This record gives sequence, structure tokens and C-alpha cells, in this order.
Amino acid sequence: MGFFTDTSVCIGCKACEVACKEWNMIPEDGLNFTGMSYDNSEGLSADTWRHVAFIEQRLPLGEQETSGARPASAGGGGAPVDLGMPSFDLPGAQTGEAERGDFRWLMSSDVCKHCTHAACLDVCPTGSLFRTEYGTVVVQEDICNGCGYCVPACPYGVIDKREDDGRVWKCTLCYDRLGDGLEPACAKACPTDSIQFGDLDELRERAAGRVERLHEEGITSARLYGDDPDDGVGGAGAFFLLLDEPEVYGLPPDPVVTTRDLPDIWKHAGVAALTLLAGLTATFVRRRG
Amino acid sequence: MSTSDVTKQGMRGARPGREALTGSKRVRRRRGDRHAMVPEAEFRSYYGKPVLNQVPWAATDIAGYLFLGGLAGASSVLAAGAELTGRPDLARAMKVGALGAISGSVVALVHDLGRPARFVNMLRVCKPSSPMSMGSWLLAGYGPLAGAAAATSVTGLFPRLGTAATLGAGLVGPAVASYTAPLICDTAVPSWHEGYRQMPFVFVGSGAAAAGGLGMLAAPVGQAGPARRAAVLGAGLELAATELMERRMGMVAEPYRTGRAGALMRAAKTLTAAGAVGGALLGGRSRLASALSGAALIAGSACTRFGVFHAGVQSAADPKYTVVPQRERVRESGLISDQPKVPKAREASEPAAG
Repeated sequence: MGFFTDTSVCIGCKACEVACKEWNMIPEDGLNFTGMSYDNSEGLSADTWRHVAFIEQRLPLGEQETSGARPASAGGGGAPVDLGMPSFDLPGAQTGEAERGDFRWLMSSDVCKHCTHAACLDVCPTGSLFRTEYGTVVVQEDICNGCGYCVPACPYGVIDKREDDGRVWKCTLCYDRLGDGLEPACAKACPTDSIQFGDLDELRERAAGRVERLHEEGITSARLYGDDPDDGVGGAGAFFLLLDEPEVYGLPPDPVVTTRDLPDIWKHAGVAALTLLAGLTATFVRRRG
Repeated sequence: MSTSDVTKQGMRGARPGREALTGSKRVRRRRGDRHAMVPEAEFRSYYGKPVLNQVPWAATDIAGYLFLGGLAGASSVLAAGAELTGRPDLARAMKVGALGAISGSVVALVHDLGRPARFVNMLRVCKPSSPMSMGSWLLAGYGPLAGAAAATSVTGLFPRLGTAATLGAGLVGPAVASYTAPLICDTAVPSWHEGYRQMPFVFVGSGAAAAGGLGMLAAPVGQAGPARRAAVLGAGLELAATELMERRMGMVAEPYRTGRAGALMRAAKTLTAAGAVGGALLGGRSRLASALSGAALIAGSACTRFGVFHAGVQSAADPKYTVVPQRERVRESGLISDQPKVPKAREASEPAAG
């Protein structure tokens, strides 16, 4: 089971962030203004399991491509319809389209990827992280000893250590709700169905259809991220439809499970250990001989 | 495509002209060749925020742990050698040093965990996929051996048991000195992971240099010969492996040369080289020179571990070190081009626009 997050319909309402906090009783993580954008939760952390990124881009309005996302059958080809509401003029309406600012917003709700090859789970020295019957990755909080090894091991920067209790926390994909036949809180709260929950194979099929549809509408920048079961993490349990490169959303372009090189790492360490033993032995042998 | 950005450092790049017309054919053409206009090397990120979460370890705890583990492991090997070749003073110094260092490293580890009881959770499982799990079991085996070796050496009780423990610790010692390299390299931190081939050699070299330094500092000049040779050997290995590692890493080696990590690595090189040369030339003649060289070697080894630690922290803090190498890898593999995916749909949409 997993998530498909279709960022092309995300409106940045952050309902998922709030629903996640409410359901999982996650402590407040600072009411601060970052000054970098309207995004004040910055990224995933021990106390932010869903994070909505706000990407402001200086792109011409023509590239916003929102009109293309409307179904052709709706008619009008995306032209604005006057609803007769009292309003101010649109910015730049007096001066013409060319004078309007180049600007677009991309919004994307990020979450733990629940990797098929999960580095956090691999490196956990206590067995606190485990794979559930739903194929998701969950931390057992009573066993986590706060060593923090999973934090630098995660290639996505998801799992994090909570300052005051010293243990690590991350999205559980609402393990408790799944057991009761409920969908995760974030997916439940999403008003635009940007976050979809379900069987991964079915979601991948749906996502591929959505990308095809967007391409047909001329939105060629749409691409899937994390959907490939042959990628560096064996396919993510949470994948995304993005409208720009992954790094623009704060995602790594080509994440690889950190333990992929581990056999090679152990081999090099073994040779180094033998080198040390042989070298130090030689310091004595030479004297005798 | 964004050509200008307001950053903390002010305005970057130039504002694009206003020739773009909404919905016109010219917009599409502009988008078509926009990749030609943007320099390939331009690196994008989410407001410069790191991709990875920061290493949650305290430098004094974990860098200290890396240093003390190396010192202890290599000291035990020297202690075993000294025991077998009849150098009792050197052997005692190395055994006590190994016990002190390994005790310090366990204290550092437990301090980082927060509560001593949490260490017990480490022994719930035995996972080769987790270097920290392997390390915990290594410590659980090595610690008592090093303790028994030092205790019997100081008190003179149970000499046979002491010899067995000394040899045992000497055999496990190299693993204790080297496993900390997999510990930090088996992470997504670019400046650690990329160096996984050379890092174990940097660490065992550094451990040998520190142990040799300890021997020169604590044992009489007459018995410290192997310690001096160990120091020279270790220092040479450490310096060579560090150099090779930085060359092989490419841009990810930058953190080893900048900021706090750069300063520490430079200090490490100077101290280690000075200690090794001083020890080799003067260590055999003067007790003072021997002690000074030994101290320099120990300090150099500590600087290496702190430098490596901070280089990792610096590389995780800057998204550049995560994104740029991965982007290059993607480009080389040709799996995902910089152009949007599925050009077929793009072609289909072009005639409609034209």
C-alpha cells in the first residue's frame, strides 16, 4: 500500500500537514516565519511528517499551463468566466498581459517514501524500524534508542530525531488507521485528491494515465518520481507526479539506498583491518630480524 | 525557466525580458530551446534547503568516539606485540591506554544516546546490514578483553589469563579500529559515502599513528621502537589514503578543504607529519622529543576524525553535494534526460500548437 501524490492538483492548503499532526498527536514544531517563502514548515522532520512545498518560479504565465489541465469537455478552453462578483481589476489588466509579472507556483505535499529498500530500516541497530504487513516502514518508539543512525542514512532526508525525547520519528502511513480499514489522515483530508492512497500497482496505473493525459493537454513538464520499482530504492511506497525537476521540490534526483554499497564497504574495511594487523606486526618482526 | 532569484545574498541572475506573450506560439518556441539558454552547470534546489536531514550526532561524542575507537584498537595490537616480544613497559602502557580509550568511547556513545539503558537495545539484534549493530557487538566482545588485559597487567594477578586477554584484544583490535569507517560511510552523507573505499585506510592509519604516539608518550625510549615505527607507518598510510580519497571524490571532496573541516584536516596533516618525522628522527634519542612527537600524533589523529566528521556535516548541509553528483549520474546513465519525459506526447502536442 502507498501514496500517489499528484502535485499538479495540489493547492497548497496544508490540510494534510494539519490532519497528520492532529491524528498522530505530533508536537508543535515552532511557530516561526522562515522568510524564504509562504512555506514555514521548511521540510520533513521529526515533528513534520507531511510537508507542503511552495515553489515560486519566475516563469511566464503562459507556462503555468493550468488551463490545459481542465477537461476539454468543460468548454471555454480555460478562458476565465465572469461570475459577476465585485472585484478589483486583475493585476496588470490595465497595462495588458505583457506587463504582468512572470510568476507561477508549484505546490507539492512531501512525505516519507516508505522505500522498498529502506536505508533507515537497514541501518537501525536495534530493530526498532520494521516493515509492516502493508509494506510500509514504521518506527517502534519503545525500542528506538535514539542512536540517530537512520537520520543520515535516509537519502531523502525524511526521518529525524526529536530534540526533547531523543528518539526518531517519521510518517507511519497511519499504521493504526490502516489496521482499522481507514485511509491515512492526510489522504482523507486532501480536498483535491492530490494525495491518493491505495494499492501501489493500481496507483501506478492511475498515475501513468494521469501523466499521459497531462502530456496530451500540452503539459509536457509532467513526470513521475519514485514510481520505478527498478530505481535506487527499489521503488518508493510514496511516489509523485511533478511539474519540474525533483531537486526543485527538495527531492534528490537519483536517490540510492545507502546499503547498496555495504558489501563493498565491508570488504574495504576488512582489508584495512588486515593491513593494520600486518603493519603493526611488522613493526615488531623487523626489530627481531 | 528561472533566470533570476532573490536570495539572502541579494539578487542573482538577470530578470528575463518581457517578450514572452501568454499563450502565444512564441512562448512554446521559447520553452523548446530554454535548455540551451540555461547553463548546464546551474544547480537548483528548494530555497537552498538541504535535501538530507542533518547528522544528529554531537561532534564531541561521535567524532571523539571514532578517534578513541581507533586509538584503542591499534593500541591493543601494539600491546599484544609488546607482550610477545618482551617489552613489558610498552605493553602495560598500551593496555592501559586501550582500556582508557575504549571506556571513553563507550561513555561518548552512551552520552550521545542520552541514557545508559538505551545501549542495551543495541544488543537486541545482530544485523550485518547495520555497521552500528556490528560495532556494538564488537565493543561488547572487545571491551572485556581490553579490560582484563589492562587489569591483569596493572595488578600482576592471573598472568596467563592476562596474556590470553591481551592476545585476544590484539586480534579484535583491528576490527574495532576499522569498523567506524563503514559506520559513517554507510550513510547518504555525500562526503562520507563517496569515500568508502579509502576511509577505512584513513581510519586504521590514523589509529596506528595515535597508538604509536601513545607508545612514544608513555613508554621508555628503549622499548618504544615499535611504537615509533607504527607511528611512521600509520601516519604515512593516513596521509596517503586521505590524499587519494580527496582526489577520487571529485567535487564532494570540497568540504574537506573548506570551513571548520578544512581547518581540522590541515591541522591533522601538519600535526601527523610533524609527529611522525620528529618521532622517527629524534624519538629514539630524547625522551622529551619522543613525548612531544607522540602528543602531536595523538592530536593529529583526533583532528583527522573531527575533520572527517565536520566534512560530512558540511556536505549534508549543502544540497549541492547531494543534487549535483546525482544529476550527473542521471545524465550519464541516460535514464532520465534533462528534457521532460515522454517526447512522444510532446511531438503530438507541437503540431496542434503550430
